[in-house]
This record gives sequence, structure tokens and C-alpha cells, in this order.
Amino acid sequence: MSTILTTIVTPNGKVFEGHVQMVSVRAKSGDMGVLPNHMPLVAPLEISAVKLKTEEKDEYVAVSGGFIEVRRDSITILTESAERQEDIDVARAERAKEEAEARLAELGEGSPEYEAAKNDLKRAENRLRVASLK
Amino acid sequence: MASLRDIRGRINATKKTRKITKAMEMVSAAKLNRSQEQAQSYQAYTDKLRSVVAHIAKSNRASLRHPMLVTRPVKKTGYFVITTDRGLAGAYDTNVLKAVQQMIDERHRSKDEYKIIVIGRKGLSYFNKRSMPVVSQVTGLSDQPTFDDVKKLTRLAVGLYEREEIDELYLVYNHFVNPIVQQVKSVKLLPLADIGEQEDSGPATYYEYEPSPEEVLETLLPLYAEGLIYGALIDAKTAEHAARMTAMKNATDNATELIDKLTLSYNRARQAAITQEITEIVAGANAIQ
Repeated sequence: MSTILTTIVTPNGKVFEGHVQMVSVRAKSGDMGVLPNHMPLVAPLEISAVKLKTEEKDEYVAVSGGFIEVRRDSITILTESAERQEDIDVARAERAKEEAEARLAELGEGSPEYEAAKNDLKRAENRLRVASLK
Repeated sequence: MASLRDIRGRINATKKTRKITKAMEMVSAAKLNRSQEQAQSYQAYTDKLRSVVAHIAKSNRASLRHPMLVTRPVKKTGYFVITTDRGLAGAYDTNVLKAVQQMIDERHRSKDEYKIIVIGRKGLSYFNKRSMPVVSQVTGLSDQPTFDDVKKLTRLAVGLYEREEIDELYLVYNHFVNPIVQQVKSVKLLPLADIGEQEDSGPATYYEYEPSPEEVLETLLPLYAEGLIYGALIDAKTAEHAARMTAMKNATDNATELIDKLTLSYNRARQAAITQEITEIVAGANAIQ
């Protein structure tokens, strides 16, 4: 089966680089599976899991938004932070989740902090979800 | 002339100082290395981001009306100033703060016309002492800051612009040229007026934007601006380590020089004492004969 070079890049360096058979992402406009020879495309992503199907196994990476850029010869996912399934610190994510929940309970709806806390919560939950995926 | 004991004391004291400055120099050198590596891995991210943003901006120039791309009349200016937490880095902070002060003096008449966001204790105390309007600050940043550490601040800076609390944003920091040279740089970050103009990579591939170019830009531009701030911060940190390394190297060299001089006068004093003793003994022996 044909493969395509895929990289996940964050400000702290590359998180993933390799040839994959398929990339599944959750874009703002809906779920999307990208196979080799897809047409060039740019789409923003949700805080979600990215599934990378390689020859040996399926890999999951938790991304906090960002976007995917599909080219003829490569796919790049750019995001502020990304963690591979095996790198996720579950204890830390649990803590972050609790903190975010506590802040949400304090803050009134509609304030900019409320949105930020909600995003933090989403990110923590996303990490936990990805960590538990099989 | 100072006594032998005094000189010896000073030599020992200077040697101890030299040990410390030498150690600090080596610590900074190690940190500098790490910062440079970090800057490299960041470069991959920002290059990519820039090329995508530039590409969208270029191919849709006429139709795009994103607030971050549009220049509006300037009523209020934001300054994002990056300084250090600790001293012993030569003229690093002084240079940045001088540049900021100069910019502000030239452009503004009252304190209502600008806002300052500052990183680092040195800058913060400088602005507080002059009661200049600091809207936000971060101190105690690690030597190798991660993106998460500064996300709040970058978001705030970009948010201020989006809510039109400021109409332009300048970044002022020390740019790392090489380990010996740092250069104060002030960059106009927002609005992103010149994006896509310097890039000329020929007829690039035609992209499909999902759901629309406007909405893609909507997420991309804040990401891009925040990325640029983070990039500047890494650059500034690298420059800081370089500045500290150079300053400590100079201190070590000066200490060595001082020790050499003191050793010379110590030896002279010792020789003088010996000569005097011999003279006294000889004179005593002569007197007995």
C-alpha cells in the first residue's frame, strides 16, 4: 500500500515524522481521512486525536487545535502542542482537568477566562481520552 | 606598601571569585547550546506556519479583511518587552530598556497612549519605578521556556489587539547574532501588514481551504502571531545566555589579570622582606666583629 510522509510539528520540535498509509483528523468542518494522493488542502483542527495508520500499527497523537496541511508529497500538522499516546502523562492530565473544572465552577460564563478554562478542560480530557485509546 | 598577609588575602579572595565566574560562564555556555537547539526545532514550525499563512494571504489578497491584516489609525500602542530576571549579563537589559524608553519618548506624550507587556524582573522593576502602564508581566521564566509557559501572555497580547485596546504591537528584545554580539531589535508584530509580500516562492500549489479561506485564516493568524512572539522569546533567551557567558568570561579574564598583578607585588614584597632581613643580619654580624 502506498504511503505518504507525515510530520507533526510543534514549537517545541517534531513530535512525529514517518510514512503513513492514512491520517484521520477531526477538522473544524468534520472528520476527515486523508490518503496518499489527496488534493492539496488546508483545514483547522479541533482539540482532538489524530490517528496515524502505519504499516506496523495505528498510532494516536493528541493535538490541541492547529491545522493540517496536505500537499501532493507530504502532510504536515502544525499545532501548539501534541503528544503521542505513550508520552501522555496521565497523572498530569488528571490534575489539569481538576484544576480546569475548579476554575470553571468559579468563573462566570461569558468572560474570556471562562473560555480559556473551557479550552484547558477540553485539552486535558482529550489527553486522557487519547491515553485510554487502544 | 601592603603587607604580605594583606596581599595573600586578596589573591585568595580573587581566586575564589574567579572560580565562581568561571563556573557561571560554563553554565551559561551549556544553556546557550540548549537554547540554540531549541531555536532550531522552533524554526521548523515557524517556517511552515509562515509559508502557509503567506500563501493564503497572497492568493486572496483582495478579498481578505481579517482585522489582524488591516492597518487602522493608531490611538494606542502596545510594547512587548523581553528582559531578564537576573543580572550579571552585561548591558543586556540596559540596552533593551534604553531602546524602549527612546521609542516611547519619541512617539508618546502621555502615559495613556501606550501599554507595556513585560517579561523579566529587570524590566518590570524599571517600568514600575517610573510608573509606566504595565498591563501584564511574567517573571521567573525557566531558561528554556516551553510554549505552554508563555501561551497565556502571547494570547493576551494578541487579544488586546483583537479587542482594539491597542492598535499596533511592537516587540522589543535582544536578538542573538552570535555568542559575542547581541542586537536590540524592535519589530512591528501587529498588524501583519507585510505578510506574503517578501515570500516569492513562485506559483505554489493550489490549496483547497476547508471550510473557507477566511475561516482558515481566523485560526491561523492568531497562531502565527503567538508563534512569532514565542520565537522572539527564544531568540532573546539565547541572547541572554550568550550575553551572560561573555560577561562572565570577561570577569574571569579580569580576575586572572588581577591575580597576576597581585602575585607580582606579593613576590616583590616577599623579596623586599628577605632582602631587609639579610641586611639586618649582616649589619648585626658586622657590629659584633
